[in-house]
Order: sequence, then structure tokens, then C-alpha cells
Amino acid sequence: MAEFWFTYAWPTIWIVIKILFIVVPLLIAVAYLTYAERKVIGFMQLRMGPNVVGPFGLLQPFADGLKLMAKEAIIPTGSNRVVFLLAPMITFVLALVGWAVIPVADGWVLSNINVGILYLFAISSLGVYGIIMAGWASNSKYPFLGALRSAAQMISYEISIGFVIVTVLLAVGSLNLSDIVLAQQKIWFFIPLFPMFVIFFISGLAETNRAPFDLPEAEAELVSGYNVEYSAMAFALFFLGEYANMILISAMTVILFLGGWLAPFDIAPFTWVPGVIWFALKVSFVLFVFLWVRATLPRYRYDQLMRLGWKVFLPFSLLWVVVTAGAIVAFDWFPK
Amino acid sequence: MSEVAIKNMTLNFGPQHPAAHGVLRLVLEMDGEVVERADPHIGLLHRGTEKLIEYKTYLQAIPYFDRLDYVAPMCQEHAFALATEKLLGLEVPERGQYIRVLFSEISRILNHILNLTTYALDVGAMTPLLWGFEERERLMEFYERVSGARLHAAYFRPGGVHQDLPAGLTDDIYEFCDTFPKFIDNLEVLLTDNRIFRQRTVDIGVMSAEEAQDWGMSGPVLRASGVAWDLRKAQPYDVYDRVDFDVPVGKTGDCYARYLVRVAEMRESLRIMRQCLDDMPEGPVITSDHKVTPPRRAEMKQSMEALIHHFKLYTEGYHVPAGETYTAVEAPKGEFAVYLVSDGSNRPYRCKIRAPSFAFMQAMDFLTKGHMLADVAAVIGSLDVVFGEVDR
Repeated sequence: MAEFWFTYAWPTIWIVIKILFIVVPLLIAVAYLTYAERKVIGFMQLRMGPNVVGPFGLLQPFADGLKLMAKEAIIPTGSNRVVFLLAPMITFVLALVGWAVIPVADGWVLSNINVGILYLFAISSLGVYGIIMAGWASNSKYPFLGALRSAAQMISYEISIGFVIVTVLLAVGSLNLSDIVLAQQKIWFFIPLFPMFVIFFISGLAETNRAPFDLPEAEAELVSGYNVEYSAMAFALFFLGEYANMILISAMTVILFLGGWLAPFDIAPFTWVPGVIWFALKVSFVLFVFLWVRATLPRYRYDQLMRLGWKVFLPFSLLWVVVTAGAIVAFDWFPK
Repeated sequence: MSEVAIKNMTLNFGPQHPAAHGVLRLVLEMDGEVVERADPHIGLLHRGTEKLIEYKTYLQAIPYFDRLDYVAPMCQEHAFALATEKLLGLEVPERGQYIRVLFSEISRILNHILNLTTYALDVGAMTPLLWGFEERERLMEFYERVSGARLHAAYFRPGGVHQDLPAGLTDDIYEFCDTFPKFIDNLEVLLTDNRIFRQRTVDIGVMSAEEAQDWGMSGPVLRASGVAWDLRKAQPYDVYDRVDFDVPVGKTGDCYARYLVRVAEMRESLRIMRQCLDDMPEGPVITSDHKVTPPRRAEMKQSMEALIHHFKLYTEGYHVPAGETYTAVEAPKGEFAVYLVSDGSNRPYRCKIRAPSFAFMQAMDFLTKGHMLADVAAVIGSLDVVFGEVDR
């Protein structure tokens, strides 16, 4: 009995506890990201944003969540029920499982696998399934167009993201996310790899369907895109998934280019602050830029977005992979 | 493998579509994302305005004009007031004319702010809308201070305007003229040089000068195609011949040109407003012919005749000599005109309304053909349609 307890039961419980320690703060972060979005964009647009529910409107996300839970879930008659309900779950679950490999501080990671970056890449690619299933299962034209756009968009931008990741890998020599962060102790990668940082950030916007690439849910054209037919919790899951994905992509940006949990300067007052705080601050900054972009820019058209992805980003990132690799070989900068 | 005929997808765009600018229903025949044919279905906001006016006295007809293009109400009133004056042979006091021109230009800015910012929203930029509404609010307050209503003002009357400007309003309009260019600059920073905005609008929905004239376009849409036609210059009404302003003309006739023309028109409107405020003389604002305009309330306490005038005006109304007129004004959207037929009674025999955006609807098909779904939203936005006046 004792052996069973120590070899099986306790580790399982321990993992569940760790998962909860990741998922609960993540969901709270998602809730407050929606709040932050409304506040930040509100102030950029000369208005207050939510300020009625709770002090400074701080309870607004929970009010919204409660409202969505209390709503009636409508399943359209013409839809494929199973796929229709499966789609939001897939989106939401995929947005959460990516966090298994994200190191939020030195050693603070659920599973420190050696192919962490590949795992993340795979998970974020799978996200398109949720959307395309939603669009197909709704059996309605607007969601269908939204889903088609989304599939094409995510695949196009994933390719350039892939090359960006390859450049970082060349500079680090490891696929392990913690190693990637530790390799940036001398200099954060966004300085030597600045063009790739820009491409990664923009592709991240496209990958998470954020403005100016929010075509799948372009309000002016597709009303709301793939989630038109969804209501109540099914819609909430899409919503949570989308925002969780934003945080995930921001975390990837921070890990790959902004030094993860490392302090900006390796000297006294900065190093007193724990790494997880630095990590959160950097992620918040990247998210702020996400919101800032949304408040500023118009939306691309579908074909323009494709052109940008395939004709600008792809050749450029490919070239930069070659340049980086060439520089490493020429100057013997191989990572130890 | 045998050939299979592929049927185009039919997409119902509206009438409850966020980019339809009201209750436009477009039946789009699509080849994937490319529009093959756009068929506008209108009439969902039809209220029978023209028929209703036939059963109202001339004064009671005024409020219907506010409700046509509810984005720039006073310009419509202006057309009806001018038409009635023409039939009656009324002279409007100079101050009244200046106030009308001043408020016509305020309406023009009201309209262009709404149009440009919702247009930007249609192509995905949402911030200009909220900035613009802040400025619109200031203009609405001018409306409110002068007429008591923010939207449906019923301020322009045959013979002049209802009331003189309240104390302090001119100072505030001056201040608006000083601060508003800053807003236009901010708007231009967000849109004019924005690469995405340009990619979305340049060479989209191109209309040549011939096409524009053939299809009955007017206003900024016509001028964006390179035709310098502006009723304020071509057949000046009120004091438009005494103010100095330029008519912005576009070259390319695409969505971007229409945007630029409207931005330039806002700056010209400010010029006109400033001149109106500078040159406005003192004096009455409405004709003192009490057969047409009500007497002052204080007068009614003393004068029997004034009381009779008041009673007659608000029960029977005034009789307009038999005749007909087509009177057009340069409304913000284009040529807004009233064809008024009088049979000598106290009610119009017929009141045909020529709404500029009604003509714009017929351009939808050839402007969107071969463009993508997203461009449909941009084209509707750039045409500036309001369904209050399309459906009347």
C-alpha cells in the first residue's frame, strides 16, 4: 500500500497540484486580460472602459463570465452537434496545454522536456482545428468563410514562425525552453536577432487572430466569423481560448527574445526581484503592445495578408536563417 | 472526369450586418471571396415620408426632413425651406442666411465625421470612431443650444431660422473652429498615411468621371472622380456666394479619393464657418412677414392681429401660391433636392425628395464587381449611404 502511495498516487496528486498552480493563475490572467484590453483601448479612445462593477470595474470579467454561464446554449438545428460542441473544447484545451512546458522562472516548469519549443509549435498549430471545426459544424456561411480564412492564415504564418524559431535554435543549440532563456544571460536575443523578433511578433498577431490580422472574426465583413453561431459557455470557451493563446504567444515571445525570467541588468536592485515577476512584467508588456496595435491599425484584407505572409515574411525569414547560420559558421560562434 | 458546374455562393449581406450602415440588404453572388454581383435590396426603412408630407402643412413638413438623413439633419431642412421660400417669394434676412450657412456647414462636418470614422471602422480601425464622436458631441451641443434638440432640430424654417443664436454660442463655435483642425490632423495621422488603410482603399471601387455622371452621383463621390461640381458654387443659395472657399476635387475616383475629398471638405467647412461668424450682421433672423412666420410671443399679449396670425399659422398654416419648384442644396452626401408642387392650398400637393445616397446604391454593383468581400464594406463606407434618405 505504502509503495503504491509513494510511486503512483502521490506523484499524480503532486502533478495535479502543479497543474492547478498553472491553470488557475492563467485563467485569472485571461479574465484580467479582457479587462485590461477594455481599459487600455478605452483610454486610447478617450473613454473610461468598464468602471461600474466593483472598484474601477475590477469585477467586470467575473460579471461577464457569470453572464455567459447563465445564458442559454443554442445549438443550431442544421449543425453537426458533436463537432459543434467539440470545437470550442479543443480550442480551449489546446490553449491551456501549451503552458505545460513554459518556464515562468528558473526551474518553475511543469515538464522540462528537451523538445519544448517543438511541442509549443505543434500545440499552437493544432489550434486551427478548433476554428475550422467550428466553422464547418455551424453549417452557416459567415462562420464557414471565417474558418477558411483562419485555416489559411494560421498555416501561412506558422511557416515564418517556424523559421524564426530555427534561427533562435541556431543561436542557442537547444530545444529546451529553459536553456533558451539561460542562453540569453549575456544579451537578450531581440538585439542580435531584431528582424526575427519583429517577424515573430507580427506573425504572433496573425497566429492569434488579433488586429490587424483579425480576419477570421472581422466584424465589418463576417459579422463575427467562426463563432457567429455560438452562445453561452461554448462561446466563452472560444473567447477564453483566444485570450489564453494571446498570453501563450506573448510568453513565447518573452522566452525566445526577451530573456524569459532574467532581470534586464544583472546587478543588485534588479536581481532582487524574483524571476517570475520579471516574466509576468515582460508578458504584460508584450500583451500591452498587442492591445495597442488593435487600437491603432485597420485590418488587412485576406489576399493582402496572404501576400505579406508568403511573399515578404517567408523569403525574409528564410534568408535570415541562412545569414545567421552563415555568421555562426564563419565566426565560429557555435553555442557551447 | 466530367465537368461539373460550380454554383456561386449567394451571401446575404445585411440587413442586420454591422457594416451595412443601416438596413441595406445586399445579395452578393460570390466566387469564393470574390464578389461577382452585388444586388442591393432597399426599402426596409420606408416610412412614406413623401406621402405624409402631402397631408401636413408646410411648417409641419419640416421635421420630416430631419428624419431623412439623420446624420446631417439641417441640410435637408434647408432644401425644403428654400423651396417653400421660392414658391412664396420670401426674402430671408441676411442674418438668417448666415446662420443657415453656418449650420449647414456644421451639419457637413457632423456628417463627414460620422462617415469617415465609420468607414475607418469598416476597414478595421476602430479608434477614429470614438475620437470622432467626441467632436460630434460638441457639434450636437451647438444644435441643442440653438434649437433645443440634438438631432431632429427643425430649426430652419421657411423665411429664416426659428431663433437667433443664444448668447455665447458664437464664441464657442469660434473655439471649435480653432481646436477642430487638431482632430482632423489626428485622424489623418491614423488613416491618411497608414499603409494598411491605403492598401485597403486605393484602387478599390474605382468610378470614372463619366460613370459618376451617368449614374447620377453627386457630392464628394462625384468630386472624388474628378468632376468639380458643387451646388454651393454652381448655383449659390443663401450667402454661399459671399463666402470664400475651395471645392476639393479628387483624381482617381477610388475609395481613398473619396476619403481625401471628405477630409478636405471638413477643412473648407471650417473656413466657411469662420467667415460666417466674422461677417454675420445684426438684425432679424426670420422674415417679419407674419403671414408666414409666427409673431413674437410678447407681441401677442398686446396685439389682436398678432394673436390672429398665431392662431391661423398653427391651425391652418399658410397658403402657398400654386406653382412648382425643384430646389437643390449641396447636402454633405451630395445633391439633396425637393421637387415641390403647390396647388395654392395650405399643404404641398406633391413633395418629391431627391436623396443623394439613393443614387449611390445603383453604383454598388459595378463598384464591387471583382473585388473581395472585405472591399464591399469599404465601398459602402466610402459611398456614405444613410438609409433614412435612401428609403425615405
